[in-house]
Amino acid sequence: MELYTFLRHLADSWVLLAMTLFFLGVIAWVFRPGSRKIHDEISQIPLRKDLETLTKGDAK
Amino acid sequence: MFNTFKLILLGLIALLAAIAANYGRDLAYQVHAIIIMLVASGTFIYVLRGFDDRPQVDHSGYMDGVIRYGAIATGFWGVVGFLVGTYIAFQLAFPVLNLEFAQPFTNFGRLRPLHTSSVIFAFGGNALIMSSFYIVQRTCGSRLWGGNLAWFVFWGYNLFIVLAATGYVLGSTQSKEYAEPEWYVDIWLTVVWVAFLLVFVGTLFTRKEKHIYVANWFLLSFIVTVAMLHIVNNLSIPVSIFGSKSVQVFSGVQDAMVQWWYGHNAVGFFLTAGFLGMMYYFVPKQAGRPVYSYKLSIIHFWALIFLYIWAGPHHLHYTALPDWATTLGMVFSIILWMPSWGGMINGLMTLQGAWDKLRTDPIIRMMVASLAFYGMSTFEGPMMSIRAVNSLSHYTDWTIGHVHSGALGWNGMITFAALYFLTPRLWGRERMYSVAAINWHFWLATIGIVLYASSMWVSGIMEGLMWREVDAQGFLVNSFADTVAAKHPMYVVRALGGVMYLSGGLIMVWNMWMTIRGGVRVTAPVGVPAE
Repeated sequence: MELYTFLRHLADSWVLLAMTLFFLGVIAWVFRPGSRKIHDEISQIPLRKDLETLTKGDAK
Repeated sequence: MFNTFKLILLGLIALLAAIAANYGRDLAYQVHAIIIMLVASGTFIYVLRGFDDRPQVDHSGYMDGVIRYGAIATGFWGVVGFLVGTYIAFQLAFPVLNLEFAQPFTNFGRLRPLHTSSVIFAFGGNALIMSSFYIVQRTCGSRLWGGNLAWFVFWGYNLFIVLAATGYVLGSTQSKEYAEPEWYVDIWLTVVWVAFLLVFVGTLFTRKEKHIYVANWFLLSFIVTVAMLHIVNNLSIPVSIFGSKSVQVFSGVQDAMVQWWYGHNAVGFFLTAGFLGMMYYFVPKQAGRPVYSYKLSIIHFWALIFLYIWAGPHHLHYTALPDWATTLGMVFSIILWMPSWGGMINGLMTLQGAWDKLRTDPIIRMMVASLAFYGMSTFEGPMMSIRAVNSLSHYTDWTIGHVHSGALGWNGMITFAALYFLTPRLWGRERMYSVAAINWHFWLATIGIVLYASSMWVSGIMEGLMWREVDAQGFLVNSFADTVAAKHPMYVVRALGGVMYLSGGLIMVWNMWMTIRGGVRVTAPVGVPAE
């Protein structure tokens, strides 16, 4: 089989399936139990005062 | 030891550039060789003078010097880009402005890439580099990785811009839209971009925070994808090592497909993912509230990554590209509407409970306008990618109007907001020198965009309809020159919109200058005599 034909068939079968599953997996992972607490914590990062400046020693 | 190595390298570059200037086959190449020679010699002297100095730099805090330079460069290139854009808009309305005596340098064809590259790569690129350096440090809790490598990224990137800009005016181009610079400028950008990636990823790896905030995901995807796009679209073989001309490796429809895979993803990852990274940091920061839904921001990210990369073929409807490919591009463009609006809603809803700030805070107002324009252009774009709509809109001014509602509205406004956010913080001022000036900037820019977009809608749809109009015998009714004449009033309105947008930019640069110089303007209380 020609390389082009092989890659084309691979792309619209297994690779397409793998990418779709990965994408759906990501969405499922986002909604996993216990994620809300972690996400709330991460979303506070830009607003945290201790990250405004960085000084040697107390760098968290 | 490292300094000795640097001196040898810089000396060699200066020598080779001098040789290249001597043997150069075209003007652009010779001028570039001289620029590189001067830059290398200047850096040589700079390194030599500091050779014996023990570095006394304070490495304890965040690295903000390079971000200050980036903020100034963003303002400067913004005004340059808007100015060239306004000038070429007037050129289209009044062709005499092509200036016969200054041909071929002031031709529309040479100034147009100067405009697009200054606004996208110089203004937008500096904004992205500066804000990614700012954001990655403050969301990781660690100093930029790689010491002076960040400075190399800043100066190297701006050297790339100078080489690109002078090249266009002197006639060096590989004729690929948004990827015009020739081979050696492309190689230089690749080197700089790899350094940028190293600084960014290095900082992520040395972070003190456990989690990587979502803005960094967007910024990282922007850096990685732009590197991939840039390399593949610029695969070319130079005709001579001493000349700027090169030949593309791909040809025909493959070349067209690669070009628009690059072109659309430059929009998707440079102008969208990168600026979304800015949005996900600066909007929560200015509103003082966390992003509306962190889950939505993660889904937004992955959906954008998975969908955008396929949308390119919608630029090639009704060409030699197979139908299945253009249909694929069209379908993915339409699906893209969903994550785009998800992101817009996420940004806007961040203001939930803080909507009163819209009245009092002009920076928040700019952010909201920016998100609104993001929403509008990501609705318009998928619609225009539909084959039937595209048959009317393609090759007309509608496309130009669409691009500018995204670029002026979304990218421009969020960058202005970021500059107004950063300038007081970077220079240790309480706030911007004049809040009234920010208001003026906001309204000038908004009205400018409205004039621009609406005139281009009228002009684009009109010329699309005129091109396809046939009489009872099936003959075309209008000649091309008829459409050009009919568009004249709309071109004047568009140029006036540009003048307003440029004036807003000038006000911003003045305001930044006054803020940096120090002090906040004090409004004297009414009724109290001045002392």
